[in-house]
Amino acid sequence: MTIQRSSWGSSVTSATIASPRDYLQTQMRWRWSEIAFWFATLLPFIVTPDYLLLASQVAIAALFVLSLDLILGFAGIVSLGHAAYFGVGAYTAGLISKWGWGEPLTGLLIAALAAGVFGYLTSFIVARFRHLPLIMITLGIGLLLQEAANSASWLTGGFDGLQGIRTWPIAGRFRFDLYGYTAYGYALAALFVIFLGARRLIHSPFGLALRGIRDNSQRMRAIGASTYSHIRTIYTIAAMIAGIAGAILAQSTETVSLEALGFQRSADVLVMLILGGTGRLYGGLLGAIVYMVARDQFSGLNPQYWYFWIGLLLIAVVVVLPNGLLGGLTLLTRRSKAAS
Amino acid sequence: MPPIFGVLFDGIAYGMLLFLLSVGLSVTLGMMNFVNLAHCSFAMLGGYVTVTLMNMLGWPFFATLPAAFIAGAAASIALERVLFRRFYNASDLEQCLLTIGIVFVSIAAAAYIYGTDQQPVQLPAFLRGSIVFAGLNFAVYRLFLIATALIITIVLVGALEMTRFGAQVRAAVNNQRMARGLGIDVDMLFAITFALGSGLAGLGGALAIYLVGLDPSFAFTYLIYVLIVVSVGGLGSIGGSLAAAMLLGVSDIAGKYYVPAAGSILIYLVMTVLIILRPAGIFGRR
Repeated sequence: MTIQRSSWGSSVTSATIASPRDYLQTQMRWRWSEIAFWFATLLPFIVTPDYLLLASQVAIAALFVLSLDLILGFAGIVSLGHAAYFGVGAYTAGLISKWGWGEPLTGLLIAALAAGVFGYLTSFIVARFRHLPLIMITLGIGLLLQEAANSASWLTGGFDGLQGIRTWPIAGRFRFDLYGYTAYGYALAALFVIFLGARRLIHSPFGLALRGIRDNSQRMRAIGASTYSHIRTIYTIAAMIAGIAGAILAQSTETVSLEALGFQRSADVLVMLILGGTGRLYGGLLGAIVYMVARDQFSGLNPQYWYFWIGLLLIAVVVVLPNGLLGGLTLLTRRSKAAS
Repeated sequence: MPPIFGVLFDGIAYGMLLFLLSVGLSVTLGMMNFVNLAHCSFAMLGGYVTVTLMNMLGWPFFATLPAAFIAGAAASIALERVLFRRFYNASDLEQCLLTIGIVFVSIAAAAYIYGTDQQPVQLPAFLRGSIVFAGLNFAVYRLFLIATALIITIVLVGALEMTRFGAQVRAAVNNQRMARGLGIDVDMLFAITFALGSGLAGLGGALAIYLVGLDPSFAFTYLIYVLIVVSVGGLGSIGGSLAAAMLLGVSDIAGKYYVPAAGSILIYLVMTVLIILRPAGIFGRR
């Protein structure tokens, strides 16, 4: 009797499932906890209106983590350079706005397209490697892009960042305000829509194939799955989502800096995902919330010392909670259920 | 002197430094497949030990070098006993995260104790200045660095090729399970090579101060260089590491000298392309 992991990590025993289709159907069902979670994301509008800008940052980070979770948590592709796609999206959105087209929604689409094209091109390299070479290649791609953006200061503004972005109001009505009402609403809407897509995707046969590649890619090839093309597809999708996250950041803050595609951002997003738990969709969201809120609370601290705690947290999570916060929570609830 | 010789000379000295920093990681990675991103934290520790002993206790430069070696080795033994050995069978990702966590902690601790400034180092008089030979100008410290690294290379290669211990290490790098089957205590072997490698990194960190400076970001900046050397050179190959370190050192100095506008693009490009073409390294077998 094998135990399968669902999006919330609750266990479903295969003995109760008649066919793969039924299995996917069971996974697809919405749980009350999920519905409650999404209603809770509306709370910042009412409860903490002073923190809406932070909430918009959290939503952007959550979207970015979601894209990493798709490749790392579901397909097992470890990336140390995922910020490259975030940065491509951010710079694309920033540049078209600077060149006179500040309409946010089309800007978002164009940025997603640019990041997707870059992701598709790099996916041919990425799909061929695993383990240390893969880590080094993703790191190399990220570093290359950062150096290129730094050198091409005529285009990107270099070290000073991209200035002169003007984002038009959404649908001609919702202006990006100082308090972050529009920014949070915009980011949250994008996050929710993309989350629905991602949820549908991982509970499809394609999503099942990805998990197969993660767990044993050789066996997947042996049963006839075209693992390379699967990896290329999901990598491109993840790159597009990362690009959208970057574009939202560019549009809502009306500035892009080199930090958007730096190694630090790649490392941060990895920390968020690990903190929350990989391969569970909600794990990344939880990690993003905890990480961003904690960083905001400790922002008085020297960043050097902040990284001391992050480092300690990473070690603790790897040693104590290998499945992240969400994995730990699941274990706790399962134990308390078993005890009662 | 013509710039090409200067570039080559500086590049080789720099490459030797990178070799000292990375050779330990290459051997331990080849043996256990343990991705230790905290390798340069040991190097940084060695650097700070040298700085502290010289500036606070007034030790001469040469006396601090063995201390830097011992500090790196001792720290690595402690970490290996407490943390690392539980993760030899874990995934690459977990190993990466664990050791990145250690890098973060070490950087923050260094910043807390020493601040974020560059640390000063006073060399003895005979290592400063330069000598002129055949019309060419050689900086004494770089010559000293090259000589030191060469001696260490010869000792390493000799120990690896000629001794019983070296034969066991080679066996374990080639096929860990087979070596275990033959009764070689691979865990013990690994602990020793890990300590030696980290000690060499500590020594490299101490020698690096005069050339590239020392501040808390050292553990991170040079991590990338060390990873490039290791993955381009091939795991567990001393010759490969040496060749890759030379290539990296010379091309980095040449890139900065001839095309300063491109920054480090050249290095990253060379690395990425080399790994794509030869994922097991220049001389790698696996």
